[in-house]
Amino acid sequence: MNKLLLPALLSVLLAACSSTGTDATGAKVEDRTGAGAGVATVTAPGMSGTGIAALTDPNNILSKRSVFFDYDSFIIKAEAKPLIEAHARFLVQNPQMKVLVQGNTDERGSREYNLALGQKRADSVRQALSLLGAKEVQIESVSLGEEKPRCTDASEACYAENRRSDILYSGEF
Amino acid sequence: MTKILAHARLLLAATLAFVALGAQAQLSIEITGSGASRFPVIIPVFENESSLSRGVSDVVRADLERSGLFNLIDIGPVTVPESRVPDLAAMRGRGADAVLAASILPQPDGRYDVRFRLYDTQKQTELGAMSLRMAPAQNRLTAHRIADFVYEKLTGQPGYFATRIAYVVKSGARYELQIADADGMNAQAALVSREPIISPSWSPDGQRLAYVSFEAKKPIVYVHTLATGQRQVVANFKGSNSAPTWSPDGGQLAVVLTKDGQSQMYVLNADGSGVRRLASSSGIDTEPAWSPDGQWIYFTSDRGGSPQIYRIPAGGGSAQRVSFEGNYNVTPRLSPDGKLLAFITRNNGRFQVAVQDIASRQTTILTDSARDESPSFAPNGRMILYATESGGRGVLAAVSSDGRVKQRLSVQAADVREPAWGPIQK
Repeated sequence: MNKLLLPALLSVLLAACSSTGTDATGAKVEDRTGAGAGVATVTAPGMSGTGIAALTDPNNILSKRSVFFDYDSFIIKAEAKPLIEAHARFLVQNPQMKVLVQGNTDERGSREYNLALGQKRADSVRQALSLLGAKEVQIESVSLGEEKPRCTDASEACYAENRRSDILYSGEF
Repeated sequence: MTKILAHARLLLAATLAFVALGAQAQLSIEITGSGASRFPVIIPVFENESSLSRGVSDVVRADLERSGLFNLIDIGPVTVPESRVPDLAAMRGRGADAVLAASILPQPDGRYDVRFRLYDTQKQTELGAMSLRMAPAQNRLTAHRIADFVYEKLTGQPGYFATRIAYVVKSGARYELQIADADGMNAQAALVSREPIISPSWSPDGQRLAYVSFEAKKPIVYVHTLATGQRQVVANFKGSNSAPTWSPDGGQLAVVLTKDGQSQMYVLNADGSGVRRLASSSGIDTEPAWSPDGQWIYFTSDRGGSPQIYRIPAGGGSAQRVSFEGNYNVTPRLSPDGKLLAFITRNNGRFQVAVQDIASRQTTILTDSARDESPSFAPNGRMILYATESGGRGVLAAVSSDGRVKQRLSVQAADVREPAWGPIQK
């Protein structure tokens, strides 16, 4: 499976490298509102306005968090590459940010085996983000197996919706 | 890594939930099939039983009836006192091969002695006698012990009525890990959560449950002491932590971790210390299950391309494939005598409970349902409890290991899943 994944990712990786260079964390934030009482408010890393807003701005690809998979497959499809690339770039530019990648499966079969299958889907996304420059410490891949279905009908459309990895940032899980 | 969680809040939530859910959380049991030849037996009303606010003999009869192995012959409100030998010829005339003579004797401290003797009407002999002392509220437990006594005397196998089962009830976005008597009564919530709970596994002494909870947004393995509600995280490594199962001596747990890559099996001490890798494969290894003699660990692996059951020596070594028919065989569970392997097999797209005789490798599919999961043997190996689906809802069902006796256990308006049958309490 990795053999199929790697050439595709390398091209994405090159694209990602060429597009870095701007500092998305922006200017340092200084908050003086507490100065009168002799207390300086320090804003911790990760609260950078541009970064957080981008993650939830519906017009920004970073607000898209789900990567979908084919039945019994762990290969990231071409349609998901821009999304993965954007998140990888964001993680490279914001090394203080961390993500939890949650893998999911449809409901058929053993819960524990599905948990292991969901882990494979989460690992595919983790490996892709990692190949694109995100650091190991920034990413944890876990599985929810079949336990947290987004869609609960016993239909093929629903199963497809549930064969998914979600990317969650610190504070979102 | 291991830290004791004092979950007073969860305990309170569990208590409130129990009060709130009340009667509708009770499992109701429907018998859908029974053994070919059932043993005819008379369990009369006990002498002086009317002095109890809650009955005993009706619970004994229900237990024996539910097992599918007995034909309960009704003789009406007639009592058969324990203190004298009954008219065995007359009982035989009613068609019974055995009769229980039993009496209730109130004690000065407010408790009761239940004295009983079992007779064989054909051989005209006594098969055994016992006396149990109980508080009035212990009527059901006492009845289960009497049913266990009758079952063992007449079948030669230990009974399983005075045991408990664990299972998970999902109701909307609410998950409860419940513990109930083997007849589905006295359900109590051990854990209430907004996130899924899976894979409960009983410690061999029946005092603790290991399970996987997603309350921290990822699967983490806990060990939960039922009497106190004390919980301990035993596996919370980077990645997923799942599939806990106890060693037969209760000292160790096998778990599945992804801390080093794919889902792989590890063994750790019951307090979470001393984690060590059990095996290495290039694929998924999961669902470990110790053989009762402690020699083997059975597990599911996709190392051959499709999920199949394998086993390895518990101390590590090379794997042997155990399942061969079909391309989806998962969730291996050993019978308490180590002779049978229950598992889930996919048969024409339907997931069903199967058993393999380990010595002969003869495999039999026991169910005709389509969504079976999580088989779990009764402590005497006679019944297999499992999760399935009925009318779009998760229900529990049980099938005898010969496939003849079938039962369904359901909770109204909720999904029930992940059953685990507890051990015989020593």
